[in-house]
Amino acid sequence: MSLIGRAQPVAPAAVSAAACAHCGARLAPGQARFCCAGCEGAHGLVAGLGLDAFYRRQLTEAGTLRPEAAAPAIDLAPFATTERDGVHRLDLVIAGLTCGACVWLVEQALAAEPDVLSARAALATRRLSVTWRGEASRANDLVGLLARLGFRAAPWSPACLRATEDAEGRALTRALGIAFFGSMNVMLVSVAVWVGGDMGEATRHGLHWLAALIGLPVVLVAGMPFYRSAWVALRAGRPSMDMAVSLGVLATAAMSLSETWFNGPYTYFDGATALIALLLAGRVLDRAARRRARQSVAELLALQEGVVTRLLPDGRNEAVPAEAVVAGDRVLVAAGERLRLDGVAAEETLLDAAATTGESVPRAFAPGDALPAGAVNMGAAFTMTVSAAAKDGSLAAMARLLERAEQAKGRFVAIADRAARVYVPAAHAVAAATFLLWWGVLGAPWQVGLVNAVCVLLITCPCALALAVPAVQVVAVGALFRRGVLVTSSTALERLASVDHAVLDKTGTLTEGRPVLLPEGQDDAMLARAAGMAHASRHPLAQALARACPEAPPADAVREIPGQGLEAGAARLGSPAFVGLPATSDGMTLAFREGEAAPVLFRFADRMREDAPEAVAALAALGLKAELLSGDGEGAVAALAWQAGIAEWRAGADPVAKQARIAALAAAGRRPLMVGDGINDAAALAAAHVSASPAGATDLAQSAADLVLKRDGLAMLPVAIRIARRAQAIARQNIGFSAGYNLVAVPLAVAGMVTPLVAALVMASSSIIVVMNALRAGKD
Amino acid sequence: MDILLYLIPVSLLLGLLGLVAFLWTMRSRQYEDLDGAAARILFDDQPRKETPK
Repeated sequence: MSLIGRAQPVAPAAVSAAACAHCGARLAPGQARFCCAGCEGAHGLVAGLGLDAFYRRQLTEAGTLRPEAAAPAIDLAPFATTERDGVHRLDLVIAGLTCGACVWLVEQALAAEPDVLSARAALATRRLSVTWRGEASRANDLVGLLARLGFRAAPWSPACLRATEDAEGRALTRALGIAFFGSMNVMLVSVAVWVGGDMGEATRHGLHWLAALIGLPVVLVAGMPFYRSAWVALRAGRPSMDMAVSLGVLATAAMSLSETWFNGPYTYFDGATALIALLLAGRVLDRAARRRARQSVAELLALQEGVVTRLLPDGRNEAVPAEAVVAGDRVLVAAGERLRLDGVAAEETLLDAAATTGESVPRAFAPGDALPAGAVNMGAAFTMTVSAAAKDGSLAAMARLLERAEQAKGRFVAIADRAARVYVPAAHAVAAATFLLWWGVLGAPWQVGLVNAVCVLLITCPCALALAVPAVQVVAVGALFRRGVLVTSSTALERLASVDHAVLDKTGTLTEGRPVLLPEGQDDAMLARAAGMAHASRHPLAQALARACPEAPPADAVREIPGQGLEAGAARLGSPAFVGLPATSDGMTLAFREGEAAPVLFRFADRMREDAPEAVAALAALGLKAELLSGDGEGAVAALAWQAGIAEWRAGADPVAKQARIAALAAAGRRPLMVGDGINDAAALAAAHVSASPAGATDLAQSAADLVLKRDGLAMLPVAIRIARRAQAIARQNIGFSAGYNLVAVPLAVAGMVTPLVAALVMASSSIIVVMNALRAGKD
Repeated sequence: MDILLYLIPVSLLLGLLGLVAFLWTMRSRQYEDLDGAAARILFDDQPRKETPK
C-alpha cells in the first residue's frame, strides 16, 4: 500500500521575519534566536573562539550552515598523510564553503587549535588543507569541529583532483598570455607602419623585421593548441574550425615573412597574433564556464564517498575504501548506512532499496538473500559477507551498462562544428579561387595573387565564430550555476534546448526520496520530546523525526538499543514491538511511549516534492510531454502520476526496461529529457538525449547526468530549458552575424583591398559585437 | 629617428617583463582560487596563533 496519496506537505504555520543567528534560516514562531540546537551550539562555538565577525560578513544562503543533528561518522584518520616526524596533513573538500567569511571562519577556527600548524582553504575548489603535529586520529576531532560549525567535510578524492587540476586549461591560459603580449607589441610596430607614410624604406624594413622577430615565435608557440587539434582532425579526415585557423594563421605568417624579406608595403603579423589571442580567449572562456560546475559535482560525489568497516579475523575492525574489499570479507553495515558492495547477511535485514529498484517502502530481506549494493540499511546494524568485490559487483555491472549506452548515443555534433563543416571548405575554395583569379585571369605576378589569397584566409578565419558559441556558453552556464543547476557536459545546453519529451523517475525525483513524518495531529510537546530523543540516533526514521522538529532540545542520557530503539529514562522510542505494540511490516513507523502512558505512533512516507505539479505544468507549457517511469508498484506510481498531473506512466520498470523505453522514444524521433536519481536510472540517463539528476542522487546517476540540480526540487528544470533555448537562439544569431560579416569582408579581400588595418578592424569589431550579444543569454 | 633605437628596445623590455610576470603568476598557481583571493584581502586579523611554515 502506498502512503504517498495521503501525504500532505507540512506547511509552516506562520513564517516570522526573524532569521537564525547562525545559519540565517527563518525562525519558526516561538524560537528566539536559533532555528535548532545545532545552530545554537555553533554560534556559541564561534563566539567562544572570538570569531563573531563572521556573522557580519557571511553571504551564505539561508540554512546551508545548519549543523546536522547526527553527522555521519567516517573515520578520517586513514586519509591523513604523514609529512615529516609527527606532522600530519589532511586534504578535505568542504561543503557549505561558499563565501569569503566562511573561508576565514574555517581557517581561524582550525588555527586556534593548539596543535594545528596551518589551515588553508580555497574558495573556488572548496579544498581545505590542514596540517597538525600529533596523532593521525586528531583528524576526526578537527572535522568534528567543522561539523559543529555547520560545514560538512569529506576526504579530497581523486575525482575532485581531476576536476580541479586542469593541465590543458593552464596550457591554454599560458598560450593566451603569450599571444596577448605578442599581439600588443606587434601592433605597436604595425601602427607605426600604417600611419608612417613618409617613413624611409630602411626604417620600414627594420620595423618589418622587428614585427617578424616578435610575431613568428608567438605564432609558433601560442598557436600550438590549434595546430595540435587540427592535426588530429586532419588525420581523422574531417574538416574542423581548427584546420581553418591553423591554415590561415600559418599562411599569413609565411606570407608576412616573405613580405618582410622583400620589404613589401605591409606585413600581417599583427593580424595573425591578434587572431590567435582572440581565439584563445574563446577557448579559455569555454573551459572556465564548466570548470566550476565540474568541481561542484565532484564535491557532491566526494560527500557520498565513504569507507567500509571491515571486520578482521581477530575481532577488531578497520575502515577501508570499498575498492579494497574482496569477496568473502565480512563488513559491518551501520544503521542508516548505504551498502557499497553486494553481500549476504546471516540475519534478517530491513533495507530501503529505492535507489536500486525504485520501491518506495523498505523491504525485509531474509537471511541468505542477496543484498544489492546501493540499498540503505533501515534496520539495526548487521554484519554482511561480501559476495563480490566492487569491480565485479552489481554497481560495476551497471556502470558498464551505462558506458555502452553512452557509446550507443553516438557523438552529438555541436552547432559550431556543424557550421565548420560547411564554412571551412567554402572559405578555402574562395581563397584558391582568388589566387587563380589574380594570377591566371588578371595576369598579376604570383606574389600578388598569393597575398590576396592569404588575406581571404585571414579574413575568413572564424574569429567571431570561435567566440560566438563559447561566449554564450559562459554566460548561460554561469547563469544556471547561480540558480543551482550544474552543467557538466559541453554540449548539454544545446541538447537541452532541443528536447521535446520529459521522462521522470518517481522515487527521489518526483518525491523527496527520504522518509518524511506524516502529520496526523500529534501533540506538539510530545513530538518535541520524541524528536529530542531521535537526535541521538543515525537511524533514517529517527533522523526524519528529528528533521520534523529541529527546534527540539536534545534529550539527555539517551541509550540506543541496536535494532530496537532508543531509551531515555522511562521514555522509549523505536519499533512498535519495542514499546509493546504488534509489529508492523512496512518498517516506516516509529512508536513513542513515555512510562505507562498510551503509546503514540509516528508514521513516515516518501512525500511528493511540493513543486512537482508546478514543474510538470511548466514543462508542458514548454512543449514537453511528461511521463513517469518507475520501478515501483502500479498503485503507488498511478497515485503519484495523478497527483503530479502526469497522464502517462509506467510501473515496474527495471533498469533495462527504462533504457529500452528511452531508446524507443529516440527511435520514434523524440528527443527525451530523462530525470532520475537512482542506480537503476543511470543507464536510462546515459541513453537519453539529455539527462538531469537531483542533488541527492546516487553518485552513479550524478556522473551519468548532463545536468545536476543542486537545489532541492524540480523548479529549476523549466528555467534551465528556457535559458538553454534562449542561449541557443543567441548562438545562432551570433553565427549568422559572423557569416554576414564575412559576406561583406570577403569581396574586399578578393579585390585585394584588405590592408592589415582593415583586417584588424573587421576582427575586433565583429568579436566585440558577438560578445556583447552573448551577454544577453543569462536572462531567464 | 635615432630615438627609435632606444624607445623600441625599452618598450619591448617592459612588455617582456609583463609577460615574465604573467608566466610567474601562472607557475605559482595564483589563478587557482580567484574568488578566495578576492575575499582574503579583507581578512584584517592574523590567525591568533603563530603558524610556522
